[in-house]
Amino acid sequence: MIKLENVTKVYPDGTEAVNDVSFEVKDGKLCVLLGPSGCGKTTTMKMINRLIPISSGHIYIDGTDNREMDENELRREMGYAIQEIGLFPHMTVGENISTVPKLKNWSSQESEKRSRELLNLMGMDPDEFIDKYPTELSGGQRQRVGVARSLGADPPIMLMDEPFGAIDPITRDRLQDEFLKIQNEIQKTIVFVTHDINEAIKMGDRVALLKDGELIQYSPPAELLAAPKNRFVRDFVGSDRTLKSLRLMKVEKAMKESPRVVREDDDLDEVENIMKKNDTNYLIVVRNGNELKGWINREDIEDASPGTVSDAMVEDTGAAETGTTLAEALTVMLERDVANLPVVDAEMKLQGLLTFHDLQNLIGETYTESGGKHPEV
Amino acid sequence: MEVWQYINGHWITIGNWTLDHLWLIFVSNSLAVFIGVSLGIFIAGKGREEIADTVLYLAGIMMTIPSLALFGLLMPLLSALDLPSIGFLPAVIALILYGQLPILRNTYTAIREVDPAMIEAGRGMGMTPRQILLKIKLPLAVPVIMAGLRNAVVINIGIATIAVFIGARGLGVPIFRGLRTSRMDMIITGAIFVSILALLADGLLALAEKKFTPEGLKK
Repeated sequence: MIKLENVTKVYPDGTEAVNDVSFEVKDGKLCVLLGPSGCGKTTTMKMINRLIPISSGHIYIDGTDNREMDENELRREMGYAIQEIGLFPHMTVGENISTVPKLKNWSSQESEKRSRELLNLMGMDPDEFIDKYPTELSGGQRQRVGVARSLGADPPIMLMDEPFGAIDPITRDRLQDEFLKIQNEIQKTIVFVTHDINEAIKMGDRVALLKDGELIQYSPPAELLAAPKNRFVRDFVGSDRTLKSLRLMKVEKAMKESPRVVREDDDLDEVENIMKKNDTNYLIVVRNGNELKGWINREDIEDASPGTVSDAMVEDTGAAETGTTLAEALTVMLERDVANLPVVDAEMKLQGLLTFHDLQNLIGETYTESGGKHPEV
Repeated sequence: MEVWQYINGHWITIGNWTLDHLWLIFVSNSLAVFIGVSLGIFIAGKGREEIADTVLYLAGIMMTIPSLALFGLLMPLLSALDLPSIGFLPAVIALILYGQLPILRNTYTAIREVDPAMIEAGRGMGMTPRQILLKIKLPLAVPVIMAGLRNAVVINIGIATIAVFIGARGLGVPIFRGLRTSRMDMIITGAIFVSILALLADGLLALAEKKFTPEGLKK
């Protein structure tokens, strides 16, 4: 665990870079330090591994004040990745990744084994890449090697200063996804600096928003979006924070579970009754257990009646898969111009139903639930 | 024709002069590299910008002193210190001084220009300043330092001919004697051999430069 207590940094010329910042990062969590340039986020991070000396306050690593440790030992226990990457051009990929293991006197077999392991983890073929030089890599590959290097000696803590900052947006998005997957496995305690609100929301378990050296708000991303503490936070997260919060929530959170369904051979009159009883004009059609087949509308029933569902239904397996975000589901609904979207698992088995109406309610709920106000126009 | 005759008749003597010349260059430039690189590393250190400016300025001035005058200046200085004021020693000292600027300046510049991101990464991973110097800065600076050495050697091969005026041996001898006795063949012989030496040294050091360039920096 990393714990900052009244951390302050004043430079000799009197500039206050960080002012009385306190927060903690629990084991295995990713904490994003977010804010505009000059807000003190990088300074805060660099005080954790003592690249910048602290002026007053304390930083505890698992309960020990970091000033009581040898600074180089301290740094070897913390992975360090920076935007500029800083790969050593005269060393191969393998040698770069082995930097900290070598400093810790690992044997060369151990170091190489670890390098291969990390390249695999980063989705790079060790046999192809381990002996390459940084100049032979693409930007995205370099960024991956930079992250692999920071994981070299398997440190429990990682400090990352805009580690995906220097690459194009598409590659960045992919690297973020990959890294989240990796973090899910390795569960490091991470301090992650960025100025990009979208990256912060996507990556962070918690986000610390800083301004002029002060910690303005420290909360999970959903709360940051739903309940910004003041005007600065609201402006910083942007006017589209509603949409952003949809990016954070999975469809499971908003869908109706086990919605009423009908089968292809059901009688249309019966279906109409069900609709009346449930006060709906839309029902999902399934078959063979729970496999999504399509849907049926009340208007179509009237034209086709009498008959069975198969005479009136629309065969359509358009759906959102479980695990996708509400933002993605909403995009599908808007694209297809539908107000109802079935939710299925990977085997196309129906899991629930997402309606536009529920979505609207949910957004309202997150606002009021957290004490925030509806967005001002 | 005369030149060819002269060379043909004095193979052994010319060979000895060449060896003397080479020895002078070898000794002086080995020392010059040692001093220049150490001093270059020192002045490239943090907070030594002013010292660096002064040292580089002095090294620059050194290059502007005509070699003959420098030899002249060294003589009284060395005799005041009770050291031999003519011959090998003053020649070596003068050549070390002339070799300083290219070696010192290249070392200094190469170390200062190592990408700060690499140093930052090194520090952040827990490398000590010494490890950063030995594992990052110096390997990256080697090609540039080698280029400086090459420069110094080529300059010094020329200047070493003048060392004959203070009694050092080398390929300056035939030139000096030729001048005094109006023997064009001797002057040209000396000049030819000095040029050949300079070209060979330049070529060899270019190869060495390539060899010492870390694999990852070659394009």
